[in-house]
Amino acid sequence: MTTLTDPPKATFRLSMLLYDTRYRSTTIQIIVLIAFMLGAAWLLNNVRVNLALAGKDFNFGFLQQVSNFDIGQRLIEYSSTSTYGRATIIGLLNTLLIAVMGCFAATVVGVAVGILRLSPNWVISRLMAVYVEMFRNVPILLWILLIMGVLSESLPQPKDFRGENPTASMSMFDSVAVTNRGIYIPEPLFSKGLGDIPVFWNSFEISLDLMAILAVLFAGLLIGKLIKTRAMQIQAATGVLPKTGLIRLALVVIPVLLVLWILGFHLGYPALKGFNFQGGTRLGNPLLALWIALSLYTAAFIAEIVRAGIMAISKGQSEAASALGLRPNKIMNLVILPQAMRVIIPPLISQYLNLTKNSSLAVAVGYADITSTLGNTTLNQTGRELEAILLLMGCYLAISLIVSTVMNAYNERTKLRER
Amino acid sequence: MKKSVFIGALTVASLTAGIAAAGTLDDVKARGKLNCGVSTGLVGFASPDANGKWEGYDVAICRAVAAAVLGDNTAVEFVPLSSKTRFTALASGEVDVLARNTTWTLSRDVDLKFDFVGVNYYDGQGFLIPKSMGVTSAKELDGATVCIQSGTTTELNLADYFRVNGISYEPVPVEGNSEAQKLYLAGACDTLTTDGSALAATRAAFEKPDDHIVLPEIISKEPLGPLVRHGDNEWGDIVRWTLNALISAEEYDITSANIEELSKGTNNPEINRILGTEGNMGEMLGLDADWAKRAIMSGGNFGEIFEANIGEKTPIGLSRGLNALWTEGGLIYSPPFR
Ligand SMILES: N[C@@H](CCC(=O)N[C@@H](CS)C(=O)NCC(=O)O)C(=O)O
Repeated sequence: MTTLTDPPKATFRLSMLLYDTRYRSTTIQIIVLIAFMLGAAWLLNNVRVNLALAGKDFNFGFLQQVSNFDIGQRLIEYSSTSTYGRATIIGLLNTLLIAVMGCFAATVVGVAVGILRLSPNWVISRLMAVYVEMFRNVPILLWILLIMGVLSESLPQPKDFRGENPTASMSMFDSVAVTNRGIYIPEPLFSKGLGDIPVFWNSFEISLDLMAILAVLFAGLLIGKLIKTRAMQIQAATGVLPKTGLIRLALVVIPVLLVLWILGFHLGYPALKGFNFQGGTRLGNPLLALWIALSLYTAAFIAEIVRAGIMAISKGQSEAASALGLRPNKIMNLVILPQAMRVIIPPLISQYLNLTKNSSLAVAVGYADITSTLGNTTLNQTGRELEAILLLMGCYLAISLIVSTVMNAYNERTKLRER
Repeated sequence: MKKSVFIGALTVASLTAGIAAAGTLDDVKARGKLNCGVSTGLVGFASPDANGKWEGYDVAICRAVAAAVLGDNTAVEFVPLSSKTRFTALASGEVDVLARNTTWTLSRDVDLKFDFVGVNYYDGQGFLIPKSMGVTSAKELDGATVCIQSGTTTELNLADYFRVNGISYEPVPVEGNSEAQKLYLAGACDTLTTDGSALAATRAAFEKPDDHIVLPEIISKEPLGPLVRHGDNEWGDIVRWTLNALISAEEYDITSANIEELSKGTNNPEINRILGTEGNMGEMLGLDADWAKRAIMSGGNFGEIFEANIGEKTPIGLSRGLNALWTEGGLIYSPPFR
């Protein structure tokens, strides 16, 4: 018998996988992973079996078939002889359109309301609070339906503009028609236009007129910026800042006006012809209702984010700024907002994503977004549920990822550089 | 305990995950209820009455099938479906039969993999428009704003019609009939287009039906009928022959009034075979001998169902027209019970 005790031999027992803290976390991770993969495999198998049972295959060939349905709201050419694929693109563009319009309007309204809610004026700040609570606490779908209802029930019908004593008339010197089907505004026309060029194998056209105007505009802005930099250099060297404002304005405005004149710019006014107004640009009620509802709803959230961001900046800062003699709006623009932005941007990103996803409620008012063209009509006419829904999910995922990448990059730029 | 619940849930999940490709009859019997897909509310075709009891022309088909299969025409779970959700609901097994003014088309039959068991209403697409518009023909609709239900054949016919006639329109796609009505009455669209029967039903529900007219053009063929999933032919047979029993009953003057009398036996073998006093038609279908008798007693024969729900004496006021029996110049025809 030996009295010497060997150090306990590291014999491995199976139970150690669970009770030994060295192994436990690995064990759990492996178990979770296996369970996850089993679950995924079961789901996939389920899909496969049921597709086979229903006698269906899985392919996206339907996107090349002729769609046979019309879409009213469209940004690029489309007719009922186009393909389901093109209908999908029309829907995608419409989704992007409402997302961009919505994010822009929601930001403008949201920032204004957020700042006003902190106003020392009691009435204004209470009013803003009422607005925020009203929109934040009622489901967005109800707002969309309500606004659509108000637009289509209360605005005049096109036929009210007709006859000897019309009950409705056009506004803004007869250039804008507000009807219960949409708002018609003058459209830009070019009598000596450059035409359009087809791109991407004729899939859509780009207006050369627009390109020309944008090019001149950017050139003007760029040169303006160079002049400004030069002026700053002069100021740094001599202490006198040369006045460049007028020149820079002229550089932007005059060339653009010149191009417009060369292209024969004029406005096309809407006019009542037959059942509807013709000519002009039409903002259909579904688009308007969706836009107003999404913007006001999201703006309520953005207002809260902005308020939180501003309140996160210590009071001492604004007191110090006013002690230096800055006026309130300068304090806001130069001292508070630049710092508050860092707090505001990350939650703002998720509001933009929410707005984009909420735009899928468009179907409620018949706006032809991608959920409507692909997820409803196409799915219904072709019976390709799985493919259509997967494609739809892919599209929203892609849009969301792009929005968050862009916004994260912006966030990266504005965030506090710590050294 | 926890574990067994989990495993239990897993088994249930794996059992229910598969679509019942076959054996719908057994499923229905085991459930004791027929799941029937109907429209979300189209007076005369399918709508709940003041007490929440579903009634209508399409509903009557569901009830007849339930009576034939389960012996109880109230053993039906009505599932209101929009034109967009109906096919997914049928394909996924949520409903056993779809009776929802659905047009029989090749792609629905072949590509969507359904079986139309017959036609219970021969229809065509028309346009409803306020009289005050002064429009008398669909060809004058150039530039009009048109309300349509998305996911329907209506949407496709409309596109074809306007293209062929070289005129333009502005489509306003809506989800259901009630939304379409609201927009139409508010003047947000100039005209409402759908199946003629649905237009008549919609117009009948208006406050002032006489202010609206249906234009003379019928721009499509819309054979409406009940449908089931592809693949379960036994179940398809039951629904098909239930509809045929109703039609044959009208042809042979079997009515709710005289059916008890006739089922004691007659000297017309066809009537006897329908009512199960001769032959074994019920057995062939996997049902009992009285199946057709119960189906007919549920709401009367085809003609009785028509008159009670959408006929000339109802506010909808549709005449039989194409939907009269073949013996009376219509298209309604049942193969023989033999
Ligand atoms: N027959 C056509 C149209 C069917 C359809 O949806 N009809 C409308 C007529 S207005 C309807 O029944 N709506 C009732 C509802 O909204 O539930 C088809 O099968 O595609």
